Formats: sequence, structure tokens, C-alpha cells
Amino acid sequence: MSAVTLDGRSGSESAGFDPELFDQVRLRRAQRRGSKVKPMRMLLHGFLVVMAIGWLVPIGTAIYNSFRDYATDTRTNGPFAAPETLTLDNYRAAWDVGEMSKTFGNTAFIVIPALFLTLLLAAIVAYVCTRYSWKFNIVFLVLFTAGNLMPQQVLFQPLFQFFKYMPWPDFLSDTDTGNLLGTKIAVILIHVAFQIGFCTFVLSNFMKTIPKEISEAAAVDGAGVWRGFFQVILPLTRPALAALGTLEFTWLYNDFFWGSVLLNQGDERPITSSIAVLNGQYGSDFNLVAAASILIALPTLLVYLILQKQFISGLTLGASKG
Amino acid sequence: MEATAAPPSRPSLKARRRRSSTLTGRDRMWLWLMVGIPAFLHIALVWIPAGLTVALSFSEWDNLAPLSDISATGFRNYWIIFTIFEGDLFAALFNNLMLVVWLTVCSAVGMLFAYLLDKNVRGSAIYQSIYYFPVVLSLAVVGFIWKSTMFSRDRGLLNEIWPGGPVDFVGDGSKLFSFDVPFLDPALGLSKNFAALLVAMAWRHIGYIMVMYLAGLKAVDPSLREAAQIDGCNEWQSFRRVVFPSLRPINVIVVVITVIEALRAYDIIAALNEPRGTDVMGTLVTKSLLGEGGGRVGFGSAYGVVLLLLCLGFIIWYVTNHYRESEI
Repeated sequence: MSAVTLDGRSGSESAGFDPELFDQVRLRRAQRRGSKVKPMRMLLHGFLVVMAIGWLVPIGTAIYNSFRDYATDTRTNGPFAAPETLTLDNYRAAWDVGEMSKTFGNTAFIVIPALFLTLLLAAIVAYVCTRYSWKFNIVFLVLFTAGNLMPQQVLFQPLFQFFKYMPWPDFLSDTDTGNLLGTKIAVILIHVAFQIGFCTFVLSNFMKTIPKEISEAAAVDGAGVWRGFFQVILPLTRPALAALGTLEFTWLYNDFFWGSVLLNQGDERPITSSIAVLNGQYGSDFNLVAAASILIALPTLLVYLILQKQFISGLTLGASKG
Repeated sequence: MEATAAPPSRPSLKARRRRSSTLTGRDRMWLWLMVGIPAFLHIALVWIPAGLTVALSFSEWDNLAPLSDISATGFRNYWIIFTIFEGDLFAALFNNLMLVVWLTVCSAVGMLFAYLLDKNVRGSAIYQSIYYFPVVLSLAVVGFIWKSTMFSRDRGLLNEIWPGGPVDFVGDGSKLFSFDVPFLDPALGLSKNFAALLVAMAWRHIGYIMVMYLAGLKAVDPSLREAAQIDGCNEWQSFRRVVFPSLRPINVIVVVITVIEALRAYDIIAALNEPRGTDVMGTLVTKSLLGEGGGRVGFGSAYGVVLLLLCLGFIIWYVTNHYRESEI
């Protein structure tokens, strides 16, 4: 709102626009920039470089030392010393100790279906709420937005009981207890239910910017509700879906809480939740810890490096009011 | 943008009626299902459990016992956590408060970074990706990366800059500062290991907030700044009076992100296997619910309700802010 009134004022002032004065002002500003701003620029660059180095130190040292032996090398020579030998032993050990071939598999089993379902369901809800006006759509959007901001710990105990009393055929589960508790499906369900909130919020903001006339034209041409969704709106939402998908992938991958409290058997845990294993007897081999952290961070870091643009626009999609 | 959004909504009342009347019965059924199924999932797995936790906080139950063992106790759980367990509760609340204060400072730093990067700096994209990359890591992993190189007692980098003797930042629960509060048994204070965690969290939080503000700053009309400059504003005045007010939507989101992240912090503390003195509300709730030997559901739920009430204020503020003017 404030932008509009400010705009209006500047518009009325520019009625008496004087090109000569404008040029003078521009010239003066250019002169000032030439003389004074240079040292400030140097300072700015200096600050940014120092900060960037500071930002890279934790991960840089972790990567460097993950290739060194802790007991015989880093501990005696310090984290920055030239290496005595470079080795992959830490990575090998971390892979075995963390049972990473299994836990990475668990993560894939949870994250991929959860991501797909979340995006699909959220897109459907956002489509209905933005394309069709009906009584409850604002209620739903408010509920979804608020639900996503809830502290997970508050939901945990009733959910735990709910999954425990929810019968589930053994041939569809990996635990054979006859209920949903301890299965990856339970974790998928809560991920979908929880993340739908944020995704609907973002996608409805995006779909609001698609002109209503497009849907109306499709309806006039005889497209039903589903065709209007799959063939008209969904293709137009693709950029938002790509951005949101990248962001949600890292969020689901990084989930620590649900993976550790709902899958307390340990065997089913996804990679991020199983990190606590390292705190036991290997916790004091800091270079092994570093290697394990890097291995776990690798998938999201790769996604970030490749899809950086998508990632950042995913975050900021939620921020703009569309 | 908002000016164009408002006028068409007027005649749309008529259009709305026409559109809904053209829907066939089958279409209408589909619409109900399309919203109904996701909404059911969300309500059943998020809102109903939250409500049940509130109900459980007024009851006593060992969660290994059957559901029929649940017995109502009124406000007894609250009375107990605020008197007998006051040491746990207020220590955790104080840590959450520290987190809110600290992450707010970090948000301000993030805004500063964004403001500086927005000045057409050469290599801005590189700086941006460097400051930003920790955001893609889980806080649990952040904790472990810092543990491996920064926190160790023997060779940790944090020890190099920390005054005094070597500190075991993962384990040392002794207080950095503490003060006595009247009517409260234990002294409140910030433990050394929690302070270390705060530093690690800043690493991730600053980049997050920076990206939000960068997007916001790009959307600020450049002619506004030009006008401020021509009117003779200096840098600070033009930021304070022109740029900052027009960032209002971002500010609201950043406040919510910061406060909610601080209140529901869990991962990094739980992953590093928190020693005493580093409990926050999130770990306190989980610990009492999972607990050794069954878990005290009543107390855990009461802690949870305290946490929920703290979050709820901000959630309501944010949602009303967002949906007050928006028209869908």
C-alpha cells in the first residue's frame, strides 16, 4: 500500500519535470562517485572477502581433515598443517559405521514418494482455491499456512499413538508388526501432511498471478475440472513446481526429527536421522565425524550447486505476495 | 501490482455466481474431493494431534499402558512443571529466549549482507552462493561439521579465539554467565556449549535471511531511492526512511522465520546428544515423551502446550497479516 501512495506523490511532482536540472543532478552525482566512492568500494569488497573466507572455514577444514588421520596427524600437527598422508580411510569407515548404503536407501524410499505426493496434492488444492471461488478456500489456506508453522514436537505423541493403533497389512510394511508405527510409510504420511501447508501457500500465491481468463476460456471450450488442472494450469505452474521441488527435496532430506522419533528401531532410519550413531564410540575421531558429515551433506550440496537458481527462487516464492 | 488486483474483484461477484452455476454436479463432487482429501490428511495429522496434545496435558498416562488408563488430572501437570520441574522448564525457556535474541541479531546481519550485495558488487553471485550454501544443510549436519573442526577440545578452531583455557564445547555445560531470579530455584544462564551451538546456527541462519532480503531489495522501486538521493538523504536516512519501510512484507516473514526457528529448535541440540544445560523446549518435550521407562505423557504434553502457546501468538499474527488484505 505504502508503495502506491509514495508512487503517486512522486508522479505528481514529476509534473514539473526539468530535464536540465535532472542532468545537472546526475552529473554532480557522477562526480561525487568518481572521487569519494572508490575507497568505500574497497572497504566493501574487503569486508565481503573476509566474511566469505570465514564462511568457508568450517566446511573447508572439515573437507581437508576428512582426508587425514585424526590420531596420528591432525591431533598432533593441527588442522591446518600439511598432511602426512592423504587417505580415504575416514570415508570408508564412516560409510560402514553409519551403514550408509542402507540409510541412503531408506532416505530415497521416504523422500521421493513424499516429495511427489506433496507437490501434487498441494498443486491440486492451490488450483481449486485460486480458480474456483467457494466459501471455505480462505479458511483452508489459513489452516494450511498456520499448520506448517506448528512445532513438530507438539504433534508427536498423539501421532505416535495413532500410528500404533492403525492396522496395516504386513505384506505392505517392512516391520511386520501389523501397524503403521515404525514403518517408512508413517514418516511419508506425516511429511506429506505437514509440507502440504507450505507448498499450498506458495503455489496458490503463484497461481493467483495466472490470469483467470485462461481457465475460463478452457471451461468455455469444454474442459472439465481435471483437464483444466492437468492441461492448462499445471504446465503454467512448472517453474514454481521446479523451484519448490528443489527446496522441498532438501527439507525432506534434512529431516531429523520425524526420522528419529517415529523410526526408533534404527534399522529404518533415513540418513540424516542416523547421524547420531556417530556420537557413540566414534564421536572422538573428529576426522571420521567430518567425513560422515560431508557424505551426508553431499546430495543437498550437489543439488544446490546444480540448481542454485531454482533453490533460491523456491525460497523467495513464498515470500512474495504475488 | 496491488492496485491492479483490487478493481477486478468487484465485478467478479457476478462472474463468480455465473461460474459456479456452470459447474456440473460431477465437477462439484471432484472439487470437494480435490480439496477434501489433502485437507483431511492435513487436519488429521497436524491439527487433531495438536488438539489431542492439549487434552493429554490435562491427564496422567504412561504411554506404554493401554489408552483406557488415561485419567484426568486437571491442571496438576502444569502446577508440577512450573514448581517441581521449574529448573528444567525455565532453563529451557531461557535457552529459547537466547535463541530468539541471537537469531534476531543474525537476521539483522543477514539484512546487512543483502544490502551490501545489492550494491552492484562485482562477483556478487559468488559471494551470495558462499554465504548461502550452509542453508541447504540439515542443522544436525551443521552441528557435526562444527563439532569435527570447530568445537574439539584439542584442536578446535573455536578454542583458538576463545579467551581462557581450552573448552570442550560439545560437553562443557558450565555457565558463561548466569544470574539469580527471585522465586526461582536454579540460576538462569547461558552454558558454554549452548553458546557454541549459537555460533554454528548463525552460520546457517544469516545466509537464509540474506536471500530473503536480496529478493525483497530487488523488488524495491529504484526510482524511490533515486528520489531519496536527490532529496539529499544520506545512505542511512534513505535506508531507514525509504528502503526499510518498503521491505515490510519481507520483514514480517523474516520475523516469523526467526522466531519460529528459535522456538522449535531441535535438530542440532538433539543430534549432538545434549548434555545438561542445553535443553530447549523442543528437546524437553521429546525427552519427557520418549523418556526412559515409558515416558510421562502428561508432563511432556504440558511442556508441549507451553511451546505451542509461544508459537501460536506469532502464527496468528503472521496469518492475519498475510490474509487480511489478500483476495483470492
